[in-house]
Amino acid sequence: MEPRTDKPARTGAPPSRRREAGAAHSISIALAGSGGSGVMTAGTLLIAAAAKAGWYGLMVRTSGPQIRGGEAAALVRLGRHPVDTLDDAFDVLLAIDWQNVNRFVDEIPLTDRSVVIGDADEGAAPEVFTRSGARQIALPFKKTAKDIKGSWTNMVALGVAGALAGLPMGALETALRESWKRDAALLDANLEALAKGFAAGGGIVGVRSIPAGIPGRGRRWVISGNEAAGLGAIRGGIRFVAAYPITPATELLEWMAPALARVGGTLLQAEDELASVNMIIGASYGGVPSLTATAGPGLALMTEGIGLAVGAEIPIVVVDVMRGGPSTGIPAKSEQSDLSFAVSGLHGDAPRLVLAPTSIADCVATTQWAVHLAETLQAPAIVLSDQFLGQSRAIIERPADIAFAGKRVTAAANTPDYRRYADTESGVSPMAVPGTPGVVYTADGLEHNEGGTPSSNARDHDVQLDKRARKLERFDYGAMWADVEGDGDSAVITFGSSTAAVREGVARAGETGARLRLIAIRLLAPAQPEQLAAALQGVARVLVVEQNHGAQLFRYLRAMYDLPGKPASYHRPGPLPLRPGELAKAILLWCGR
Amino acid sequence: MSDAIVTTLRTAAMYKSAYKPIWCPGCGDYSVLSSLTKALAMIAVPPEMVAVVSGIGCSSRIPAYTTCYGFHGVHGRALPAATGLKVARPELTVVVTGGDGDGYSIGGNHFLHACRRNVDLTYIVMDNHVYGMTKGQPSPTTEPDWDSKLSPGGTGVRPFNPLVIALASGANFVARAFAGDPNGTAAIIAEAIRHPGFSFVEVLSPCITFRPEQRAWKELAHPAPVTATDDPARAAHRIMTDDGFNIGVLFAGRRVPYPIPTGKAQCTPADLETEFAP
Repeated sequence: MEPRTDKPARTGAPPSRRREAGAAHSISIALAGSGGSGVMTAGTLLIAAAAKAGWYGLMVRTSGPQIRGGEAAALVRLGRHPVDTLDDAFDVLLAIDWQNVNRFVDEIPLTDRSVVIGDADEGAAPEVFTRSGARQIALPFKKTAKDIKGSWTNMVALGVAGALAGLPMGALETALRESWKRDAALLDANLEALAKGFAAGGGIVGVRSIPAGIPGRGRRWVISGNEAAGLGAIRGGIRFVAAYPITPATELLEWMAPALARVGGTLLQAEDELASVNMIIGASYGGVPSLTATAGPGLALMTEGIGLAVGAEIPIVVVDVMRGGPSTGIPAKSEQSDLSFAVSGLHGDAPRLVLAPTSIADCVATTQWAVHLAETLQAPAIVLSDQFLGQSRAIIERPADIAFAGKRVTAAANTPDYRRYADTESGVSPMAVPGTPGVVYTADGLEHNEGGTPSSNARDHDVQLDKRARKLERFDYGAMWADVEGDGDSAVITFGSSTAAVREGVARAGETGARLRLIAIRLLAPAQPEQLAAALQGVARVLVVEQNHGAQLFRYLRAMYDLPGKPASYHRPGPLPLRPGELAKAILLWCGR
Repeated sequence: MSDAIVTTLRTAAMYKSAYKPIWCPGCGDYSVLSSLTKALAMIAVPPEMVAVVSGIGCSSRIPAYTTCYGFHGVHGRALPAATGLKVARPELTVVVTGGDGDGYSIGGNHFLHACRRNVDLTYIVMDNHVYGMTKGQPSPTTEPDWDSKLSPGGTGVRPFNPLVIALASGANFVARAFAGDPNGTAAIIAEAIRHPGFSFVEVLSPCITFRPEQRAWKELAHPAPVTATDDPARAAHRIMTDDGFNIGVLFAGRRVPYPIPTGKAQCTPADLETEFAP
C-alpha cells in the first residue's frame, strides 16, 4: 500500500457479526446529554466505581464547541484488562436528553446489538442512532429524580449504566459517597436515585456482560493523561513552569500549579507563548529544570525560543498536547498532526529531542524521561501528547517511578580555563549555574566559540553544530526508545495515542493467524537507526499507522530509516479515534489475508 | 575581615570584561556600559550574583561586556527570560538591557506585562529612536517625519512615550537618564536596582551613525526640576508635558513586588500520588 488519504476501509460484515479480541472482555457505554445535564460527572463516577470494583476503564470526554451549555458525552469503556482505547462500537448509548446529541453520531457508533436508552419524556431517539438497528428503551430518568426530592437525573442514569455494566451497587455507592462535597441530606436523596436507576438497569436484559473485575491486584489509579504528564514532570525534577492557557493543555497546567507549589516549585502564567518559552529558558539557565505545556498554535509561536534552547544549550521540556490542525483547527479534539513540525520545525540545523507517550499511564514515564534527557543532554525536549491522552481518564496500575531524575553536568566554582561550550567527546559540556564564582559566561543564541564569545567563523560554526548534533546522536537511550511486542515477520509501526488501538488491532488480526510485531516508537528524534534495525530483525514488511492526513510518521520513517520491503501506510486525520476493528481489517488486508 | 570591608573594594573595572565592544565610535552605549559597571560597583554585589539579560540589537550586546553572568537571547524576549530567571533564582540581581526596537516594538507586549507583573528586575533601555544594527530604520520612538530607506519621507506615525506606558502599566520605578552623563546615569541605575519591583530606566543614548542630529541631545538634556513622586498620575502628567529631556528619577512607587515563592517543599513528589489512588 502506498500512502493514502482515503477513508477507513469498510468492513465486509457488520461489526455485530464478528467476534473480536478484547471486545468480549469489555463493555462500552456512552453517556450523553446537553451541557449541565451532568453526564461528565456520571461518567467520572462510573470510572471511580469501576476502579473500586477492581476493573480497568477509560473515559473519553467529548463536547460541542460551546464553552458552557453545549452537548456533552462521556465515552466509557470498562474491562477486566487494561483499557487504553475505545472499541469499534458502543454497547449502550444512554442519553439524559436528545438535545443536539445527534451531533455525536460519528463518535458514538452503534450496531444492531446495541441498546439506546432515552428518557421516556424526551421523545424517540434520533434516527441517526436508531438506523443502526439498535434496540430502543425508554426509562423515566427525570420523573424518577423528580419524585425523590433533591436528587439529580444524572444519578439515576449512573445507576442504570452501572447495572448494565455489571458493577456491584456497593462500588457505585462508595464512589458517590467519596466524591460528595455538598449537603449530607442531599447525598441520601441521590443515593436513593442511584439505587432506583440501578434497579431499572438491572431489569434490562440482553446487554453484553463481562466477567467481574479482579480487585486488589496492585494499587490502581484513576488519572488523566494531562495529570500523568504533570506528575511525570515533577518526578523528573521540574520545579518551574511558565505557560499560557490553551485547549487541550490547560488541565495539565491547572494540575501542576498547586502540585508544584507543594513540592517547592512555581508556575507562572505568561502573557503569551513567546513569553512562556523564554521564561522557562531563563529559569533553566538559572539552573532550575523547567517546562511549558501547550498545543499546536502555541508550539508554532515557541519555535524561535526552542531554537535558542538548542543554540545556547539550555534544557527545557515542551509538552505539546496535540489537537486538530492547522491553524486554530479543532481545538478540543485529537489528532497526531504536529509530528512533522516537532521533528523538523526549527530554523537552522537544530537537533532536538521529540518523544511521545504511548498511553495515559505512559504519560508519566515519557514526560519524566523527557526531563531526564533534556537535563542530561542540555537540549530542548518536545513531548507529543494529544487531546485523546490528555483529557481522557483511565484506571491504570500505579506507574512505577522509573527513577529518572534530571541530572545536569554543572561547572565547579573557579574551574581553570572554563569554556561553557567546550568541544567534548560526548558533546555535553559543563554548564555553569549563575551564582557560581569563577565560571561566568554569556549564554548566547548567536553562534559562538567554545568559550561562548559570538563568532561567525566557519570553524567555530562547524565545531558547535557538530557538538550539538553529536551529543544527541551518541547518547545511549536504552530500551525505552520504543515498545516492541511480538516477533512476527510483519511489523506495524506507530506512535503516541494510536498505540493502544494498534495493539488491539494487531491482537485481533493475530487471532486469524497473522504473524505480527508491534513497534510503538517513544523516541521519535533523534532517529535510532540501529535500534530500529534490531527491532526489525526478521521482518519482511512494515505498515505504519498514525492519526493524521499527511502520513507524517510514514514519511519521516522513510526519510530517516531503511525499512524492509515496500513500506505501507494506514493513516487518517482526527478527530475520530482510530478503532481496533478498523485497524485489524487494514492489517489483514495488508497481510493479504 | 568583615563583608562590609570587602565590598568597599569593588571597582567598576571588576565588572567590565576583556571583550572589545562592536559598537561604532561615539555610540552612547559605551558610556551606558560604563554606568552599569559603576552602578554594580556602588551596590557592591559580587559579579557572579548578577545576571545581565538581553535580546537583540546594538545595546543587547552588553551582557558579554560585563564579568557578570550573561544571557543574550532572541529579539524582543529579554524580559520574559529575565522574569523566569528571577522567579526561579530570586537571590540573583537581574538587570535587563536593550534598545527601543527590541523593547518597545517586537517586545512591546512583554514590556507591558513586565511592568504589570512587577517582578524585582531593572530594565535599562538605550533609546536612540532608530534600529542601528540593521542600519537605520524607524523604531516606535522615531519622529514621524524621519526619512529612511524603509520608510521614505517618514512613517507618518507618532512615536509613543515609553515612560508613560510604563507608569500606566504599573512599573514601580521610572527614570530617564542621558548617556552623556555617565555618573548621573550610574547613580540612577544603582537606585533602580535597589528599588524593589520592576524598575525602568530609559537612557537617551545617541546613535551618531544613523542619527547624527542626536549630538544635540547634550545641549538639550537637563536635570528634572522636581524630585520623584510616588503618585503615578502626577508623574505621568509631568512626563507628558515636559520637553522629553528631563533627566532623573521621575517616579518611585510603593507597589508590592511579584511574590517570589519560598522554594520550600511541603511534601515529596510521591505524596502527590495519593489523589490518584481511589
